[in-house]
Amino acid sequence: MAEAAAANRDFPRLYGRVGSLHRERLLALRLSYASLIFAAIIFLAPPFYMLVTSIKTNAEMADQTLNPWIVRSPTLEHYAAILGNPVFLTFFKNSIIVTVVVVTVTMVISVLAAFALSRMRFWGSQTLATGVFLTYLVPDTLLFIPLYQIVGGLGLLNSIWGLVLVYPTLTVPFCTWIMIGYFASIPRELDEAALIDGATWPQMLMKIFIPVALPGIIAATIFAFTVSWAAFVYPTAFITRPDQMPLTIGIVSQLVRGDTFAWGQIMAGALIAALPPVVVYVFLMDYYIAGLTAGATKG
Amino acid sequence: MAPDGTAKAIPAAVAARPLGRSRGVSSLERLARRRSTIAFVMTLPLILVIAGLVAYPAAWAIYLSTLNRRMTANIGLDNYLFLIESESFRMIIWQSCFFAITAVLFKALIGFWLAHMLHTIPTRGQRKWRGMLLIPWVIPPALSTLGWWWMFDPSYSSINWLLTVVGFPPVPWLGQPWWARIAVIMVNVWYGAPFFMIMYLAALKSVPEQLYEAAAIDGATSWQRLWFITLPMMRNIIAITVLFSLIVTFANYDIVRVLTNGGPRDTTHLFATYAFQVGILSGNLPRGAAVSLFMLPILAIAAFFILRGVTRRAREMA
Repeated sequence: MAEAAAANRDFPRLYGRVGSLHRERLLALRLSYASLIFAAIIFLAPPFYMLVTSIKTNAEMADQTLNPWIVRSPTLEHYAAILGNPVFLTFFKNSIIVTVVVVTVTMVISVLAAFALSRMRFWGSQTLATGVFLTYLVPDTLLFIPLYQIVGGLGLLNSIWGLVLVYPTLTVPFCTWIMIGYFASIPRELDEAALIDGATWPQMLMKIFIPVALPGIIAATIFAFTVSWAAFVYPTAFITRPDQMPLTIGIVSQLVRGDTFAWGQIMAGALIAALPPVVVYVFLMDYYIAGLTAGATKG
Repeated sequence: MAPDGTAKAIPAAVAARPLGRSRGVSSLERLARRRSTIAFVMTLPLILVIAGLVAYPAAWAIYLSTLNRRMTANIGLDNYLFLIESESFRMIIWQSCFFAITAVLFKALIGFWLAHMLHTIPTRGQRKWRGMLLIPWVIPPALSTLGWWWMFDPSYSSINWLLTVVGFPPVPWLGQPWWARIAVIMVNVWYGAPFFMIMYLAALKSVPEQLYEAAAIDGATSWQRLWFITLPMMRNIIAITVLFSLIVTFANYDIVRVLTNGGPRDTTHLFATYAFQVGILSGNLPRGAAVSLFMLPILAIAAFFILRGVTRRAREMA
């Protein structure tokens, strides 16, 4: 009896609460959108400003009385100039060669290793898996000085093949690590069924693991691609000849010269160079994000 | 039974295996067929990469750092002692720690805030916002920093133009030590905050909805929900992300190289950029190796805790 009375007494308050919950929710939504809009403006301002600069005429850029954030007479002259510059095209070609070779090598190495480490237990396989993760945590800035000597000893300084040799240190550990996670999540019944049907290990890898873990393979490939495309420490250390430079160091060291700042061209070049990773991201966003979060949540 | 003979082929294959092994197969062939042998061959390229391009160089760096400049004599720990005693290197240690800690703190806070805001809005809209807010992370940092450099330009700074519009005096972004330090941290936060946001958003989505329902029934306020449910459930991911980012930020190179190149008067140098200047540009490889090895203790501690967090999380999820 007393309880029922208490419940009755509470009802008006409960209804009041519901109303305030609704109001609270509305307030939270408004705050969320306000924060997101603010963050989006800040986050997108630098690339937007790069774009604005790249389509401005030099005269407009030099006029300090104008608002620098808007463009009055858009022009594509900087793009034409940079795309007609053979040095820039060489950077682009070098970046493509290095990236394609490194991504292919990385994926072969890490898929094979991840398959063995996740399915065939052998002596030291657990230690090796931990070692892979630890290697991933070793930054390139710790290794570039000894690698400078090693690459120099092989006569590969000032050559894109020196980069092809060392870039796997950036890509292989992480790709192997997330592939181990993806392979480990494939149910064991699948490989037992394949074994009973007389499949060999290579057949199992090609016909079951690679197709089933395809999302993981795409995520790892995207990671390897973006990392080799954006790599900066190794090319800065190993390459001083413009004809062997990839895009990142090429733009930073060759287009920026002394006092004559060709800002329009620099920005146009930087945007063109940033385009491939951004395009990959736009079209494969879900895989990209899966790869990003896999390092800590899988394995 | 089956006209194409598949039904018969399967038992035949199973039956043929032990027979084939016991009869007429050389020991070499048997070794090649053993599971551990195949596994070893498959992991060999990985082992070569780790041993040849990470473990060996790391060991070589330690040896290298004990040599003199011409690499003719072993001078023990003299490179380290020289560095520790020099005023300018002590400032670099301080600057590296200040840079890494401040930047990671801001990245973590901004990332957490944005992840929370993203989690609040309806699911349909989240994809679009998430896609937009991750852009800074996608652009290669060396290239986006060029854009920032131009925005910080002493005479054409577009940020100063905005400040003047609002009524503030222009800021000498890259000209004065403290402003340069702030500028470098700003760019690093801009680049790294989206990564935290994505990690935290994934963690937020993995918190079971029932916990919040139970809390709502108990009349918990939103602060209590955050403090007693969200944070404890995300503790592991927060720790992993923060420690991981601490390593990467501590070892950062490209932003400082492009934005200030260590200046003004070497006040924004980090371990990595200073190691580059000493080792590659001035040609003192052993001392450069010593500079970058100063990062090792901090990296090792962070790596230890990350590994612990990741294994613990794997066990929780299993």
